[in-house]
Amino acid sequence: MAMLADHDRIFTNLYGLHDQGLKAAMRRGQWDGTKLLIEQGHDWIINEMKQSGLRGRGGAGFPTGLKWSFMPKADPRPSYLVINADESEPGSCKDREILRHDPQLLIEGALLASYAMRAHNCYIYLRGEYIREREALQRAVDEAYAAKLIGKNNIHGWDFELYLHHGAGAYICGEETALLESLEGKKGQPRLKPPFPANVGLYGAPTTINNVESIAVVPDILRRGATWFASLGKPNNAGTKLFQISGHVNKPCVVEEEMGIPLRQLIEEHSGGVRGGWDNLLAVIPGGSSVPLVPADMCHDLTMDFDALLKVKSGLGTAAIIVMDKSTDVVRAIARISYFYKHESCGQCTPCREGTGWMWRVLERMAEGRAEKREIDLLLDVTKQVEGHTICALGDAAAWPVQGLIRHFRGEIEKRIDTYHSGHKEAAE
Amino acid sequence: MTRKLVVDGTEIEVEDGTTLMHACEAAGAEIPRFCYHERLSIAGNCRMCLVEVEGSPKPIASCAMLVNDLPPNRDGSPKKIFTTSKVARKAREGVMEFLLLNHPLDCPICDQGGECDLQDQAMAFGLGGSRYDENKRAVEDKYIGPLIKTHMTRCIHCTRCVRFMTEIAGVEELGLIGRGEDAEITTYLEKGILSEMSANAVDLCPVGALTHRPWAHNARPWELKKTESIDVMDAVGSAIRIDTRGREVMRILPRNNDAVNEEWISDKTRHVVDGLKAQRLDRPYVRKNGRLVAATWTEAMDAVAQRLKSTTPSRIGAIAGDLAGAEEMFALRELMAGLGVVNLDCRQAGEALDPAIGRAGYVFNSTIEGIEAADAIMIIGANPRLDAPVLNARIRKRWRQGGLLVGVIGEAADLGYSYNHLGRSPAALQQFVDHAPPAKVRPMFILGANALARPDGAAILALAAQAAHSLGVIKDGWNGFNILHTTAARVAGLDLRFVPGPNGLTAAQMAAGGVDVVFNLGADEIDIAPGAFVIYQGSHGDRGANRADVILPGSAYTEKSATFANTEGRAQQTVRAVFPPGEAREDWTILRALSAEIGRPLPFDTLEQLRAKMYAAAPDLAAINMVRPVDPKALATLAERTGTIRDEPFRSPVRDFYLTNPIARASQIMAELSALRHAASAKTLSAAE
Repeated sequence: MAMLADHDRIFTNLYGLHDQGLKAAMRRGQWDGTKLLIEQGHDWIINEMKQSGLRGRGGAGFPTGLKWSFMPKADPRPSYLVINADESEPGSCKDREILRHDPQLLIEGALLASYAMRAHNCYIYLRGEYIREREALQRAVDEAYAAKLIGKNNIHGWDFELYLHHGAGAYICGEETALLESLEGKKGQPRLKPPFPANVGLYGAPTTINNVESIAVVPDILRRGATWFASLGKPNNAGTKLFQISGHVNKPCVVEEEMGIPLRQLIEEHSGGVRGGWDNLLAVIPGGSSVPLVPADMCHDLTMDFDALLKVKSGLGTAAIIVMDKSTDVVRAIARISYFYKHESCGQCTPCREGTGWMWRVLERMAEGRAEKREIDLLLDVTKQVEGHTICALGDAAAWPVQGLIRHFRGEIEKRIDTYHSGHKEAAE
Repeated sequence: MTRKLVVDGTEIEVEDGTTLMHACEAAGAEIPRFCYHERLSIAGNCRMCLVEVEGSPKPIASCAMLVNDLPPNRDGSPKKIFTTSKVARKAREGVMEFLLLNHPLDCPICDQGGECDLQDQAMAFGLGGSRYDENKRAVEDKYIGPLIKTHMTRCIHCTRCVRFMTEIAGVEELGLIGRGEDAEITTYLEKGILSEMSANAVDLCPVGALTHRPWAHNARPWELKKTESIDVMDAVGSAIRIDTRGREVMRILPRNNDAVNEEWISDKTRHVVDGLKAQRLDRPYVRKNGRLVAATWTEAMDAVAQRLKSTTPSRIGAIAGDLAGAEEMFALRELMAGLGVVNLDCRQAGEALDPAIGRAGYVFNSTIEGIEAADAIMIIGANPRLDAPVLNARIRKRWRQGGLLVGVIGEAADLGYSYNHLGRSPAALQQFVDHAPPAKVRPMFILGANALARPDGAAILALAAQAAHSLGVIKDGWNGFNILHTTAARVAGLDLRFVPGPNGLTAAQMAAGGVDVVFNLGADEIDIAPGAFVIYQGSHGDRGANRADVILPGSAYTEKSATFANTEGRAQQTVRAVFPPGEAREDWTILRALSAEIGRPLPFDTLEQLRAKMYAAAPDLAAINMVRPVDPKALATLAERTGTIRDEPFRSPVRDFYLTNPIARASQIMAELSALRHAASAKTLSAAE
């Protein structure tokens, strides 16, 4: 597969090589004919988004146009667009590049999306640690206001206010309903669904929550047409996507590529290959820490898209690829991820609050080998007891990496247990 | 709209808006739960109520899912729900196992043992054992006041207590801090909770994390005899359960009565228990040479009979107190009538309420449940939070639903909901009426009975009645004119016309020396001037007994079957849970014996005979647990009266919520709460300065 052609790139200043200011952004084609797009009407935009086949870039991959169409068309309550910039998934680092280097894309997308959903107000909820990113974005927002691109009586004829809100650093606030709670000034704990945010969201009003990348690609999709976007990538996995490659590669990077690009090509062409060569690969976590890992032997022909990754019982998630070479202690790596989810569980509902700690403690022992083999099945059973039984998806996110580990590296755990026990035999006798 | 569901093979039809949990229960399935509670908002966090729903990949929390939110089956067939399938069972067993991971399982030393939801549900829905081999988490206990003992390691984070405090009690003092397995329930600064309803949180706690500190380790629930009765600490008449062991009242718990207290009771109602055992009058006393000396019943009765026989009727008076049952008031009234005494009064505070014009003039006409129908409430000269905390919770419940406008004339206290403060004195009511406020569909007045206990009380009552008529508080099909009493005995006293007869003296006049002999039936809030011979009949050695010349030991409300009419006029009966201590007797029998002693025996020998006579005199008291319809004509009569109101602010009658009656004053716990409250308000004052 050929590399994404430059003229098909959406993020033309991903690396901050060019000026991020409004003028420079406009020279790169942003804010071009936005008014014409708005004049096409609310429904045209939603329809175009549906045609484009864009699937949400926040991890779940729900079709964006369809999500927008759930917003009520005639409701006395105001509608809100909330942009989720609480990028906290370990491995994920694409939104920050947009925020600090190409913020006008996001602002223009926010206007278009809000217009499509008949919202006059949009909130961008930023991760607590994104201090510089917020500053950059705020500068861009100020510029857009000054140029009357957004705000009251702007040149686009759709009153539009954009607010930035800083989180306090909790991972759970990236969950859309916890984000809404946090935005309302409450403790960030996920809400029960239904009612869904499109019906009862921010301040009880219809709300759509989208990822930064999903919104930032909207202007280009509308300008270049849904067919252009749909022509890229694979069927049901359309368009381009920001991939983030980290871990044991020679040149970790964020890169925009077509959906469905082979994993090997992505790693070798953009990241300078796996440390010590492709054969030194142990496993990858293809979509951020919450998705199950994929062992090397399944990686050779693996393509990076929602459907292909689902087939190997993993997921595209945020397309944050964590590469692990053979020097990796995979059990300890997953134990560390497990600790993260234990630490970030909000504590609201039982399975996640109690289960994440249990999984982590067992994994910690397994990493040393200080466990029994029967505990592997016990651990798997615990993950199943957490998965699908919680209010939000954090329970699932905590369970999946462990399930992936047991699915593919059971032998490694057993070996470690054997080694530990043979080393402690005398003490036991 | 209704829709069909098939729950475990049983087809049922339920209304839209029903939760899946209730639908399953309607079909006969049992759904375990911890966090869900009918009277609190839905949290959905314990995950114990998971059920399997056809077509759903995950089990669903049935407490939080409405039947109309379930996606319909493609073929239109009714949705199948499974509550005992493998998936549902496994989900519950998993949740149960998780809940017990960090639970200490110290049931043998836990006060909740025997009435613990966790224990019961672990038996019914859990696995036999745990597979958890790691160390358990421990949580430091918190101090949250003298009523609630905490064992936070036992907490399962259902947040019922937090929701109760926030939603029902209106005191945002409890919360969940931390996250994940470090989450803890606390009051943030570990200070005592300043709510009159706080102990209800303990009842709601499904485990032993919150237990009642005053009863800690006193008894096991299965050792206790349970008696269903009613409370007399205020005029609400909350339904209670008195738990006793042997001759001792161990604890008082709320019972459900949707019409009155739902399932809440105030802290005073609950924790007055130790007051029932202290300062008791357990034998008769006679004053000799200025000192009260223990006497036999014969001596005491002789002394009283002699006094009554040798005094002219116009110089005898009788005052009934706040905790007197209708039976003894009736017996005393008959006794006095036999002697030709017309100086009777049950209004020891001096409320200007006149029973002669009809019941509508002195009861809570809309009923307590009627509060939920109101769209505007004007509170006049009352602080419902202190006068009747449970009733105040009902106002707050209505307020939380939205669309309720509350106005207050009187002290601007923290009531737990927002209101417009219109002024402090009665004149504000006149001004309010003159301003022609917006018309409401069901406006309501809540007039504190004690606001009428001032020289211009009758004028205030008349003014309120006029205002009520002009504002539509009284109209066809709606009577929102409500008197809020603060004492349990008052309404029945008025029903029995225990008020001065023609040319009779009022309580204040009698106390001021208008009579030579005062028969004081438990009136402890009135000072009787020196000079008069005082016969005190009551249960506790309080102010009244102190002033007495003869003491006839009676029984407390837990020790007799007596009738009380609450502020709505709802007649309810207490049930005897234990016997009175020592030589104390049931009150009506003392009066019956005394009547024989003075040679005018009352015409009843049993409680049934007494009641039959009493019901004939006051038919409203015969309608047990009911409120008979009231004719609002009395209010028209009231409105025609005139008088001059004084420009004097209303003052709350309840100076100290925890010490309003002799039983409460005898209680150590009430004293402790009172001190805590004073310290807190002193702190607020100094902070304000």
